[in-house]
Amino acid sequence: MSDTIVQMEDVKKIYTLGANEIHALNGVDISIKKGDFVTIMGASGSGKSTLLNMVGCLDTPTSGTVKINDIDITELNDDKLTTIRRDNIGFIFQQFNLIPTLTALENVEIPMIFSRMPPNERKARALHALEQAKLEIEYADHRPNELSGGQQQRVAIARALANDPPILLADEPTGNLDSKTGKIIMDLLSQLNKAGTTLIVVTHDPKLAEYSNKTIMLLDGEVSDDIN
Amino acid sequence: MISIEDIRNNMYLQLARRNLKRQTFRTVLAAIGIIIGVIAISSMGILGNSLKLSVTDSFGDIGDKLLIYPAPGKDGVSEKQVKQMKKISGIDAIIPVYSSGDRVEYKNQYTFGSVYDIDKDDLEKLVEIDEGQYFKSGSTDCVVGASIANTLELKLGGKIEIGDSRLRVVGILKERGMGFDIDTDTGIFTSEQMYRKLYPNEEEEYDFVIIKAEELDQVNDIKSDIEKLLNKKEEVITVFATNIILESINEAFKSISLFLMGIGSISLLVAGVSILNVMLMSTMERTKEIGVMKAVGASRRDILTMFLLEALLLGIIASLIGGLFTIGAGYLILSLIVDNTSYLLSFATLLYILEGIIFGIATSLIGGMYPAWKASNMRPLDALRYE
Repeated sequence: MSDTIVQMEDVKKIYTLGANEIHALNGVDISIKKGDFVTIMGASGSGKSTLLNMVGCLDTPTSGTVKINDIDITELNDDKLTTIRRDNIGFIFQQFNLIPTLTALENVEIPMIFSRMPPNERKARALHALEQAKLEIEYADHRPNELSGGQQQRVAIARALANDPPILLADEPTGNLDSKTGKIIMDLLSQLNKAGTTLIVVTHDPKLAEYSNKTIMLLDGEVSDDIN
Repeated sequence: MISIEDIRNNMYLQLARRNLKRQTFRTVLAAIGIIIGVIAISSMGILGNSLKLSVTDSFGDIGDKLLIYPAPGKDGVSEKQVKQMKKISGIDAIIPVYSSGDRVEYKNQYTFGSVYDIDKDDLEKLVEIDEGQYFKSGSTDCVVGASIANTLELKLGGKIEIGDSRLRVVGILKERGMGFDIDTDTGIFTSEQMYRKLYPNEEEEYDFVIIKAEELDQVNDIKSDIEKLLNKKEEVITVFATNIILESINEAFKSISLFLMGIGSISLLVAGVSILNVMLMSTMERTKEIGVMKAVGASRRDILTMFLLEALLLGIIASLIGGLFTIGAGYLILSLIVDNTSYLLSFATLLYILEGIIFGIATSLIGGMYPAWKASNMRPLDALRYE
């Protein structure tokens, strides 16, 4: 097995919006190694979200190849993408995106339900993930609307950790948090990275880049700078 | 084995339950549609069935009898023909009947009835005495039907007048309801001698013959045997098997029941559309949630299962409530329309309720199919972007 966990070669993504073609990605080459902490930066519309979606198997390229954990996802159908996503990727969103009808603990259980884990094991692992995300145990039974933003993001992080994925993807993880809470969350993510998880964060906040060991700058769908 | 604990721990079910509770008012409205639909379908079925039962009940035990009439153009059924019939197997009794219609008077009141001359032993096979006794052969006594006794306020020992003759009433018969052989309730039964005295000019031949079959399933064979034997050269008699009446009553009421249930099912159709509507709204509102679920590893099948389970849960709960209400609604309808609620607790009634419940659940499931399919086929990226 190679050391590279995400490999993109000459990736292009073209959306058609009415009569216009939008070149969201215009020949991107990226290589991310296991254990890396990568920040992807760029202005709005630079293609960073498209890039993240592709790594997260939510989208496939128009041309070029994307390999996740040595699996070429370029030609896969929806169901196969779902399986790869489930086993390899943990998502952290700017809006937290918790399921409002479920408690914190149950939200963390959700990915494990879809990977068909038995209930008892599921619950134990969800508790463990909440502990990793440093949510106080007394909040495990609370619904998302009873939690603060920081607490909700912790639940979201625990959910991303649930299936123990090799890659964590975060899209503006501190975007909806005050700076103090944001720093705590970034410290947490940084700790998880030190424990071995590959972390890819999309942001336009230069402060976040300070945590990472690699920064990819995007401009108009192309890599303008690749700083190690 | 699936225990209650397993069901409680099933997250799909939990999700379905909580999602239904999320918009309680909307869920209740959709459920009311299904409840009404189930009540409509099953109570209409019950109504049809009870109407049938009340009609067939009032006809009594007509199924095992055959009536032999003279063919059109013939005056009567002859003694010789009756003898021929005796050769046919499967017959329990052959009862030749003379009958006439006449005016009956008692203490300045009058009514119309059918006067019969049926052998005393044969009569006992057809009717039951309520008060008094049968007439003796050769006497001028008579036995009257319940309806005649009622109308004329007759008591035992009273003397009724038919034409110029006076007949002493020695027995009053039990009420039997409508029949196709003899009009028991409006009948006056007397001896052969008295009948001859009343109608001296009548033909020697019988007006008709009643045949009782040993077993119900022999009726059709007896009918064809008699026709073959007696109508060999020319058509002299007409055979009327009363089981045909039962069959056609059953047929007719089957159509009525189906028609009533058809009307009931319109309300269930409307309920199905409202389920479709509610579930579609719910998928739209939860688009982003669906996107999140897909992002964290839900397959299309998972999403499909979740939404179908929601529709199923709603359908089961609403249909069971509907089934329960049906018993109440059925009671109301039966006491108002058929005036007899004893049919409510029959096996057929329970079957109709079960049918209503199954239709209700199926409707919910069908209504939930398109929304579930739509939700499962959302592209995760589009769903996540949805605001």
